[in-house]
Amino acid sequence: MATIILFAPLIGALICGFGWRFIGERTGQVIATALVFLAAILSWIVFLTHDPAQTTHTVLLRWIESGSLGTEWAIRLDRLTSIMLVVVNTVSALVHLYSFGYMAHDDNWKDGESYKARFFAYLSFFTFTMLMLVTSDNLVQMFFGWEGVGVASYLLIGFYYKKPSANAAAMKAFIVNRVGDFGFALGIFGLFYLTDSIRFDDVFAAAPALAETNISFLWGEWNAANLIGVLLFIGAMGKSAQLFLHTWLPDAMEGPTPVSALIHAATMVTAGVFLVCRMSPVYEYAPQALFFITVLGACTAFVAATIGLVQNDIKRVIAYSTFSQLCYMFVAARVVVYSVAMFHLFTHAFFKAMLFLGAGSVIHATHHEQDMRNYGGLRKKIPLTFWAMMIGTLAITGVGIPLTHFGFAGFLSKDAVIESAYVGNHFAFWLLVIAAGFTSFYSWRLMFLTFFGESRAHGHGHDDHGHGHDAHGHDDHGHGHHEPHESPAVMLIPLGALALGAVFSGMVWYNSFFGEEAQVRSFFGLPAAVEHSAEGKAATEGEHATDAAPEGEAAAADGHATEATAEATTEAHAAVTGEAPQGAIYIGAENHVLHEAHLVPKWVKVSPFIAMILGFLMAFQFYIRRPDLPGKLAESQRPLYLFLLNKWYFDELYDVIFVRTSKWLGRFLWKRGDGDIIDGSINGIAMGIIPFFTRLAARAQSGYLFHYAFAMVLGIAALITWMTLSGGAH
Amino acid sequence: MDNLLSIITFIPAVAAGILALFGRGQDAAAQRNAKWLALFATSATFLVSLFLLAGFDPANTGFQFVEDGEWIMGLHYKMGVDGISVLFVMLTTFLMPLVIASAWHVETRVKEYMIAFLLLESLMIGVFCALDLMLFYVFFEAGLIPMFLIIGIWGGKERIYASFKFFLYTFLGSVLMLVAMIVMYMLAGTTDIPTLMAFDFPHTDMALLGIHIAGGVQTLLFLAFFASFAVKMPMWPVHTWLPDAHVQAPTAGSVVLAAILLKMGGYGFLRFSLPMFPVASDILAPLVFWLSAIAIVYTSLVALAQSDMKKLIAYSSVAHMGYVTMGIFTANQQGIDGAIFQMLSHGFISGALFLCVGVIYDRIHTREIDAYGGLVNRMPAYALVFMFFTMANVGLPGTSGFVGEFLTLMGIFQVNTWVAAFATSGVILSAAYALWLYRRVVMGELVKEALRSITDMSRRERAIFAPLIAATLILGVYPAFVTDIIGPSVKALITDYHAALPAADATQVAQH
Repeated sequence: MATIILFAPLIGALICGFGWRFIGERTGQVIATALVFLAAILSWIVFLTHDPAQTTHTVLLRWIESGSLGTEWAIRLDRLTSIMLVVVNTVSALVHLYSFGYMAHDDNWKDGESYKARFFAYLSFFTFTMLMLVTSDNLVQMFFGWEGVGVASYLLIGFYYKKPSANAAAMKAFIVNRVGDFGFALGIFGLFYLTDSIRFDDVFAAAPALAETNISFLWGEWNAANLIGVLLFIGAMGKSAQLFLHTWLPDAMEGPTPVSALIHAATMVTAGVFLVCRMSPVYEYAPQALFFITVLGACTAFVAATIGLVQNDIKRVIAYSTFSQLCYMFVAARVVVYSVAMFHLFTHAFFKAMLFLGAGSVIHATHHEQDMRNYGGLRKKIPLTFWAMMIGTLAITGVGIPLTHFGFAGFLSKDAVIESAYVGNHFAFWLLVIAAGFTSFYSWRLMFLTFFGESRAHGHGHDDHGHGHDAHGHDDHGHGHHEPHESPAVMLIPLGALALGAVFSGMVWYNSFFGEEAQVRSFFGLPAAVEHSAEGKAATEGEHATDAAPEGEAAAADGHATEATAEATTEAHAAVTGEAPQGAIYIGAENHVLHEAHLVPKWVKVSPFIAMILGFLMAFQFYIRRPDLPGKLAESQRPLYLFLLNKWYFDELYDVIFVRTSKWLGRFLWKRGDGDIIDGSINGIAMGIIPFFTRLAARAQSGYLFHYAFAMVLGIAALITWMTLSGGAH
Repeated sequence: MDNLLSIITFIPAVAAGILALFGRGQDAAAQRNAKWLALFATSATFLVSLFLLAGFDPANTGFQFVEDGEWIMGLHYKMGVDGISVLFVMLTTFLMPLVIASAWHVETRVKEYMIAFLLLESLMIGVFCALDLMLFYVFFEAGLIPMFLIIGIWGGKERIYASFKFFLYTFLGSVLMLVAMIVMYMLAGTTDIPTLMAFDFPHTDMALLGIHIAGGVQTLLFLAFFASFAVKMPMWPVHTWLPDAHVQAPTAGSVVLAAILLKMGGYGFLRFSLPMFPVASDILAPLVFWLSAIAIVYTSLVALAQSDMKKLIAYSSVAHMGYVTMGIFTANQQGIDGAIFQMLSHGFISGALFLCVGVIYDRIHTREIDAYGGLVNRMPAYALVFMFFTMANVGLPGTSGFVGEFLTLMGIFQVNTWVAAFATSGVILSAAYALWLYRRVVMGELVKEALRSITDMSRRERAIFAPLIAATLILGVYPAFVTDIIGPSVKALITDYHAALPAADATQVAQH
C-alpha cells in the first residue's frame, strides 16, 4: 500500500505534466488531484491500521552500490513515516483541490497560455519527492527527497517565470538550500566513514559507539556523534529555514499561495524537524549538537518574530510565524521529547496550511492585493474566510482552557512543548513563552488589519505598492469592480477540512503524542518502558540498566541525578552495539522529560496562555483602539523600524559577502588567473609560438590543411617506430 | 567473434575510407549520401558494440576479447577490454550516431567533416582498447588530428588560434609521455600493457641534479604521464585550452571533445598511473587532490563570470573533471567507481548541454548569454530539456550526475576531509552558475526582437536528446548497470595497488 501512496503522485505528475496536451488540461488536473486524494486516503488507512511495533522495509530497486556501500530505493514504514504520510498527503490533496479555484484565472498569463496543468504537475511532483523523503530507509534516498523537494520548490516558486522577482526567489531558494545540502552530504559521508553503512538501522545500531568515537574533521578532533549531528542539522537549517539560511523563505512567497501552504507550512520546512526526529537515536548521543540546535532555533525565533512584527505583506507575516513554530519543534527535539516535536509538526501542518490558504482566499477576494495596509473591514465581505482565518489564528496562538486538555490544536501541542521545555531547559522555556507572546501579537495584528476597522482599499491604488502586476482579472465575470468577493466552494471546502484539523487534531491525538509514557511508547512502537532498558541481548548489563531506571526516575524528580543515570545507561547501550533500537523514534531509558512534563508547576502550564493574552491585548491596543500608534512608534524609532522592515539587512549583507564577492572573484580568476598568469606566463613560450603558427596557417588554404594532417599522422607513426627501435637497441 | 574489438574499432575508419575514395562532388546529393553513410556506419558500430557488452563477463577481472598479432617492426597489435574500459567503448559508440545526427545541417565540406568524425571515432575506440603501449600512443595522439581539423576548419572566427592552442597543449604533454614510454620499454623490455601493469618499476628514492626525489624512477615516469593526462582531462592549471577550443569548435566537435576526448585522461590515469606507478601515485595523491579541489572551486567561480554560454559549460566541464581526478587517486572503491561513473555520466550530460547550446546557436547564431532571455515562451520543449540537463549537471539525485559526484566525494572524505569539504562546496557553486545561466537564457519575458519568431526543437533535435535523457535517468535511478560491470575490475585494481605499496602505507590506507 505504501508503494501506491508513494507513486500515485508521481504518476499524477507525469500524466498531468506530459499528457495534458492529449487529454485536456482539465482532465489532467482532475487525474492529478484524484491520485493525490487516493494517496491521502490510503495514508489515513495506514496511519490508523499500521502496527507501530513493526517497522516494515519494502525494497523496490537497487540503487548506488560501490564496495561496502549499498543503497536501495526502499520504503520504511513506521509510526514516524505514517504521521508524515498523513500530513503530507492530506495537505497536498486539499491544496490540489483549492488550486482549482485559486488558479482558475490568473492575469500573469495571456489568453491561450496554458499554465494550470503545469502547476498541478509541479504540485504532484513536489508531493512525490516529499514522500520519498519521509519514506526513505537510508540517508541517500532521504537526500534524494531532500534535493527533490528543493527542485520542486524551485519550480513552484519560479512558477511565474516571466516575473524577474519570482525567478530570483526561486534561484535563491535552491542555492540557499544547497548550502544546507552541502552540510547534509558531509554528514552522510561522515556516517559512512564511521559506520560503513548509510542504512538507518545500521546507523542507529552504531549510534552508542559513535558517542565514544572521535573523528578528525578539518582542523580538529570531534566527537563523532556531535559532529554528525551538527552536519546533518546544517541540512535541516536549509530546509527548515533556520537562521543564516533563512533568507529564502520570505522571498519564496513569490510563488502562488497554494504553494506556500503546501511547501512553507506543512511539508518542506518541517523536513528538518523530521530529520532530527528520524535521526533521534543519533541525536540522543549528541548533546552538543542538540545545544547548537536550540541556540540557533532560539535566535531564529527571535529574529523572525521581530521582523514579523512590522511586515505588511500578509503572506510574509504568516511565513515569519512559521519560523517561530519551527523553533518550537526544534526545542522539543532539543529536550529529547521527539514525540512532542512530531505532535507540534502534526498540528502545525493543519493550522498553518489553513492560515496560508485563508490568506490565499483573502488575496483572491481582493484581486491579488497582498498588502495588509490596503485591507481592513473584510470581515463582513468574506465571512467564511474570516471565520476560517479566525480558527487558524486561535489555533496558532494556542487558545484553550488552561489546565485542561480542551482547546485548539495549537494550544495542546504548544503547551506540550513548553512544559517539556521547562523540564529540560529553563532558558528554552522562557524563550518559548516570549515567542508565544510575539506570535499572538502579530497573528492578531494580521487579523485586525485584515478583517476589522474601516476598509483601506483605495480604488485603483494597487500600483502604489508594486503589486499592480498581480491584480486579478475578475472583472470580466460579473463580480463587480474591485469589490471583495467570497471565494468559490472549491476553495472553501479545503479550508473547512483543515479547520477540523486545526480544532480537533490536538485533542484527539494528545494522549498518543504526549500522554502517559506507556501510551506514547506504544504509539511509536517502542517496547514498553520496563522492558526497554533490557532490550539488549547482554542480559547482565540490561538488568543493571533496568535497576537504574526506576532509581533514576525517583532521583530525577528532584532534578539532579539525571546525569549519573545517563552514564549508567550509556554503558548498557554500548554493550549492545549491532542492534538497532526498536520503534520509530528514540526515547532513551534515561529520558523522563515526558513523564515529568506532566508534573510541572501550575504557573508553568498557564504561562503560555498569559503570554498569548498579553500579545492579544497589545495587538488590540495598537490596531483597534489606537490605530495611530503603530505609525507614531515607527516614526519615533525610525532606524529600528527600518532595520526590522528590511529583515535585519541579511539579504543586503549576503549580497555583498557572497554574491558580489563570488562574481568578482570569478571575474578576477578568469581575467587575471586564466588570462594573465596561466596563459600569460606559464605558457609564455607556447604563446609565443602560436602567432607564428597562426600566420603560417593563415597562408595555408584550408584545403591544404587536410593533406597536411595526414602527413602528420604518418610523421608520428614514423617517429614512434624510429624511437622504439633505437630505444630497444640499448 | 575473435576480432570483435577490431571490427568495432575499424568500421568507422572503413566507412571514412569509402567516403574518401568514392565520395565525389559537393552537390546536395553527395552531401546527403555522406551524412547517411556516416550515420549508418556509426549506428552499425553501436549495434555491433552491443555484442561486446552482451558477451562481456563482469566477474572476470582480466582482459577479455583479447586480440594479439604482430604489427610492424616487432610491435604488437594487441587489443582487449576489461571492466574499466568496456563502458568507455560503449559511451563512444553510443554517442557518435547522435553526434552525426546533430551535424545534419552542416553545409560546408560535408564529406570531409564526416570523414573527420568517423576517423575520430575509430581512434577513440582504439585508445580504450589498445593493450600495447605504442598502439595506445598512436591512437591517443592521432586522435588529436581530426579534432584539430574539426576546430580549425569548421570552427568559429578564432578557430585557428584555438586549434593551435589545443594542439600545442595536448601535444607538448604527449612528448613527455612518449619519452616515459621509451624509458618503460627499456626497463621492462616489453610494451605489453598487462605485463607492464604487473611490473614493479623501481621506486627507491633518488637524487637528480641535487633534488631529492621520493619514489625515484616511478615518480619521474608518473610525472611524465601526468603531463599528458592532466592536459587532456584537463586539470587546473593547464585547462585554459579547453574553453577556447570549445568556444571555437562546431557543436558536434564540442560534444565529442567534452563527452569522449576528455575521458582519455581519466582513463589513462586508471590504466597507467595507478597500476604501473602505485608508489608514485601514493606520494603524489595529495597534490592531485588539491589540484582537483582547486579546479572544482576555481573553475566554478570562473564559470559564474562567463558571458558566453559555451565557455560557461566548458568551465563547468573542468570542474566536473576535478571530481574525476580526485576520485581516481583516493584509490578506494567508492572514489574510483565514482570517478568512472562521473566520466560516463558527464559524457551524456555535457554532451547534451553543448547540444542545447547548439540548438539555439543554429537559430540565432550567437553564444552570448545576453542575446537571449525568455525562450520558454516560445520553446517549451527546449526549456524542459535544458532544465533537465541543468539539473543533471548540478548533480541532482535521480540523475546520473549525482551518483558520480556523490561517490567521489564519499571516497575523498575517507582520505582527506579538508579536500572533501572544499570540493563539496562545488555543489553550491555549480547550482549557482547553472541556474543563473538557465534563468538568463530561458526565463523571463521574451523581449528581444531577434527571438520573436524562434521555433521550438525540431523532430530531429528531439530524437537526438531522447536517448541522452533516457541514459541520464536510467543510470541515475539504476546505476547498478554500470557499477556491476566496473565494480570487480576496480576492486582488483585497488587490491593490486595496495599490495604494491610498501607495507606501512598499505595497512594505513587499506582500512576502508
